[in-house]
Amino acid sequence: MTSSHVQQPAADEHDSAYDGLLGNDAHWAFGTGFEDPLAGVDTTIPDGIDAAELASYCVMLGDDALVYAQRLSEWTSRAPDLEEDIAIANIALDLVGQARLLLTRAAAADPGIVPSLPEGSPVPAEDALAYFRDAGDFRNVRLAELPNGDFAELVVRLLVLSSWRLAIFQRLVAHPDPVIAAIAAKGVKELSYHRDFAGRWFVTLAQGTEESRRRLEAAMAGVWPLIGELKSPTAVESSVGADPAQITDELEDVLAQVLSVADVTPPDVRPIAVTRGGTGRDGMHTEALSRMLAEMQVVARAHPMGQW
Amino acid sequence: MAAVRESQLTLERARAVAGTVTDPELPMLSLADLGVLREVEFDSDGALIVSITPTYSGCPAMAAMRDDLVRELQGAGFERVEVRVQLSPPWTTDWISERGRVALSRNGISPPGRAPAGPVTLSLGPTRRAVTCPLCGSADTEVTSEFGSTACKALYRCRSCLEPFDHVKAI
Repeated sequence: MTSSHVQQPAADEHDSAYDGLLGNDAHWAFGTGFEDPLAGVDTTIPDGIDAAELASYCVMLGDDALVYAQRLSEWTSRAPDLEEDIAIANIALDLVGQARLLLTRAAAADPGIVPSLPEGSPVPAEDALAYFRDAGDFRNVRLAELPNGDFAELVVRLLVLSSWRLAIFQRLVAHPDPVIAAIAAKGVKELSYHRDFAGRWFVTLAQGTEESRRRLEAAMAGVWPLIGELKSPTAVESSVGADPAQITDELEDVLAQVLSVADVTPPDVRPIAVTRGGTGRDGMHTEALSRMLAEMQVVARAHPMGQW
Repeated sequence: MAAVRESQLTLERARAVAGTVTDPELPMLSLADLGVLREVEFDSDGALIVSITPTYSGCPAMAAMRDDLVRELQGAGFERVEVRVQLSPPWTTDWISERGRVALSRNGISPPGRAPAGPVTLSLGPTRRAVTCPLCGSADTEVTSEFGSTACKALYRCRSCLEPFDHVKAI
């Protein structure tokens, strides 16, 4: 593109639509952004915080957002109508933004967690974490990775995940690491819209037709077994995260409130078992995550040196 | 334009130039009027440091804003320009200036009301805001979707003139 462009007469060059697009630096050809989302932000670890634990915690919250954003983006062009299609894509975009900030923060706290790439690779740390880790290195909860179901399944899963994440972020606003506190303060505003969207659709489907209610209840039966994992914090979450007991209480309160307005009772289902003593937070995932990552990562992995 | 030495340029001039850069998705609005441009200062080495804050975490316009700021400032003779991200305090629609609100309205986009204060509440009924149609002035409007063409907007419809329009969500 550039070489043929250079041969054009000078007058044409001035009018080229590409002129404004070409920056000074070459960038990695993939990923979500061409700049450090924490450029200029002081990422010094405050006294009393263990850098490795902080990084590990940021990866957990970042992976929840990244993996669920990928599932949400699979809805694009498939939602029941255009407005809902746009809404779901907007929610996915917010979560990608949160994932970028959290993975960048994790890499700044502990550069040792970033996968090593060929020398001279232009892949930034956040993208190395997103595209060059295998499923066993992801730390998201399993609820985030399940394959998509119907629209009722989207509503139920989004209600649970956004209520839980909002409960966490509201408390992280007071976190001793000012970077996490700032990311959380921003995320709270976004997540409250996500929860509101899901809550209103939940009530609408519950009180709609027999069919919409039947589908909502079927979706709840699929999502509820995975809620237990959200209430079982790992040692890292208990150590550097917000108080897990408070988060669990708020999640239960919010779900009870929505179910009460919708006049729906929780399903009588058993929690999903732990896999070889671990959950998503320990890197124990369902088969669905590997398949999702294969699609999400394949092009990036083929071109670790790709620039444009 | 001939290169001008940094030492001869005042901070006020840098701020004036930065203040002319517009939002890539809301071109009727400068980054200053949007409240995204937070600070323009020289550091001790004489480099110009420009701080901007994202509207939403995933705002895809941040890279374009950075490039536009650098291009305009370098074009005005400021050779060393560094754009930094400022995350705290988080952006609020309350930072959109009065001039910015008028510009939005004149361009068919309904400006935000006051940002909600205090804890975030869960409303399980229809969303109700006093939103005036920017096209005909009617207060008889309804929300179509809480999520619009960009992260910061909701979709509305006017029941008087029947036109759809964007509303900047108060956050």
